[in-house]
Amino acid sequence: MNFFTVAAQTVDSGTKMDIGDAAITAVFGYVVVFFGLVLLMCVLYITGSVFSNREKKAAAEEKSAAEKPAETVPAPKKVPPAPGSAGHIKLHDVPDKEAAMIMAIVADTLHTPLNELHFISIKEVK
Amino acid sequence: MDILQTLTDLWEGSGFHSFLVDGGWKNLIMIAISCVLLYLGIKKKFEPLLLVGIAFGCLLVNLSYFTPESTDALYHPELWSAFLDHESEFYHDYGNILANGGLLDILYIGVKAGIYPSLIFMGVGAMTDFGPLIANPKSLLLGAAAQMGVFLAFFGAVLLGFTGNQAAAIGIIGGADGPTAIFLTTKLAPELLGPIAIAAYSYMALIPMIQPPLMRLLTTEKERKVKMEQNRVVSKTEKILFPIIVAMFVILLLPSTAPLIGCLMLGNLWRECGVTERLSDTVQNALMNIVTVFLGISVGATTAADSFLNLQTLFIIVLGLTAFCFSTVGGLLVGKLMYVLTGGKINPLIGSAGVSAVPMAARVSQIEGQKANPSNFLLMHAMGPNVAGVIGSAIAAGFLLAVFG
Repeated sequence: MNFFTVAAQTVDSGTKMDIGDAAITAVFGYVVVFFGLVLLMCVLYITGSVFSNREKKAAAEEKSAAEKPAETVPAPKKVPPAPGSAGHIKLHDVPDKEAAMIMAIVADTLHTPLNELHFISIKEVK
Repeated sequence: MDILQTLTDLWEGSGFHSFLVDGGWKNLIMIAISCVLLYLGIKKKFEPLLLVGIAFGCLLVNLSYFTPESTDALYHPELWSAFLDHESEFYHDYGNILANGGLLDILYIGVKAGIYPSLIFMGVGAMTDFGPLIANPKSLLLGAAAQMGVFLAFFGAVLLGFTGNQAAAIGIIGGADGPTAIFLTTKLAPELLGPIAIAAYSYMALIPMIQPPLMRLLTTEKERKVKMEQNRVVSKTEKILFPIIVAMFVILLLPSTAPLIGCLMLGNLWRECGVTERLSDTVQNALMNIVTVFLGISVGATTAADSFLNLQTLFIIVLGLTAFCFSTVGGLLVGKLMYVLTGGKINPLIGSAGVSAVPMAARVSQIEGQKANPSNFLLMHAMGPNVAGVIGSAIAAGFLLAVFG
C-alpha cells in the first residue's frame, strides 16, 4: 500500500478537508513535484554526459585524423549563393545560431521577408 | 386550429418567455458574460482559439437551457449529475447521454473521458522543442518551483470551504496549463469545469500583464541585465531518447499522469524521430484544430447559469489569479537562488517562465530581459523552464489525482 492509497483513504474527497491535512497535502505535493523533476534532471545529466563524452571522443578522433599528412585534395569549388540569397554575411564573434536569430528578429520587426534584406555583417558590441 | 392557443404555446415555448420566469434572468446575465468573453477573444485576442469557442458554447447553452424540462437544450446538466451520482440508475451510463443528450452533451463525452485534453497534449508535444531543456537540465528546478501557486491555491481553497477535490481542481489553475486544468477538473470536480476553464485560459492570456510587475518587483536591475551563455547543441539521438525516457520515468513514478505525459511524449517522439513527419504534421495542425473546436465549445457548454452564477465562481477567479501570481513568484525565487549559486551566470527572469504557458511565459522573460539589456536574448534559455513547467504541472496534476481521484 503506497502513500497515495493511504492519503486517499484518510482524505474524504467529497467533504470538507481538515486544514492540517490540507497543509500536509500541499507541502507533500510540492515536494513530490520537486522530487520527480530533480530525479529527471539527474537522468538528463547522465544521458547528457554520455553523449558529451561520445562527441568529445569523436572530435578527438577527427582531430587526430586531420593531423595525419593529408592526401592532395583539390581545392573546394566556390559555391555560388543559393537562388534568392542576398549574398554572404561576415560574422564577428557571433555564432551562426545567434546570427540567424538576430536576422529573424530584424525581419519580423521590419515586417519584411528575410530574402529581401541584405545583412553585411553582425558584430557583438562588448 | 386554435390560432390563439398555438400562438400562446409558441410564446411559452420560446426562450424569450423563459427569460421572464423561473430565474431566466440568470441566463440573460450569462449571455452578457459570453458576449464579453467573445469581445475579449476576438478584439483583445485573449487566447482566441479556445476562448471564442468557450464563449460561444456558453452563449449556446444559455440560449437553449433554462430548466431541466428544456427538451431542446444542447446541453443538459441534470444528465451529467445523474451520470456522476452513485445512487442513480444512470451512473456512468454513456448510453443515457447518447440517447437523451443534445449536441453539446455528446461532444462533452470527449472532455469527460479525458480524450480532448490528452489529444491537445499530443499536439503540444509535437509542437515543442525540448532541446533547451535537454541542454540545460537545471531548468527542471525552475519548472518545479513554479508549481508553488498550485499548492498554495489548493490550500487557500480549502480555507475558503471548498472540498478537497474542488480545491485540487482550483489549485491546478496555477499550473497555467489549460488542458491539464480541464483534465483534472473533469476527474475531480466536474461541476466547476466552466469557471475553472475560463479562469485558466483568461489568466494565461493575461500573462504579459500579470508577470512583469512581479518580475520587476522581485529582481534587481543587475540581475535582469545578466546575459546567459549559449546552451550546448543537443544531438538528434538525445532528442529522440528524451520522450522515451521521460514517459518511462514519470509514468512509473506517477501512473495517474499516463494520459497526459504519454500523449505529450508520443507527440514529441513523432516530431523528433524523423520518420513520421506526416503524423507529426497532422497532430500539430489538423488534429489539434479539430480537438480545439470540440474542446472549446463543450467546455463552454458547462457554464449553465445555475451552476456558474454563484459565489464559488468569484472565489475561483480570485484563487486562480493568486495561483498564477505565486507560481510566478516561486519560479523567480528559485531563479534568484540559482543566480546566487552560479555566481551570477543565470538570469532569474527565466524563472517566471516555469509556469507552463508555452511559449508566452518565455516571451515575457525575453521582453523583460531586453528591457534591462537590449543585447539580451533570453528566449531559448526561458524555453527550458517553460517546457519543464508543462511536465511539472502534469506531475502536480498526477499527484492530486492520485490523492483525491
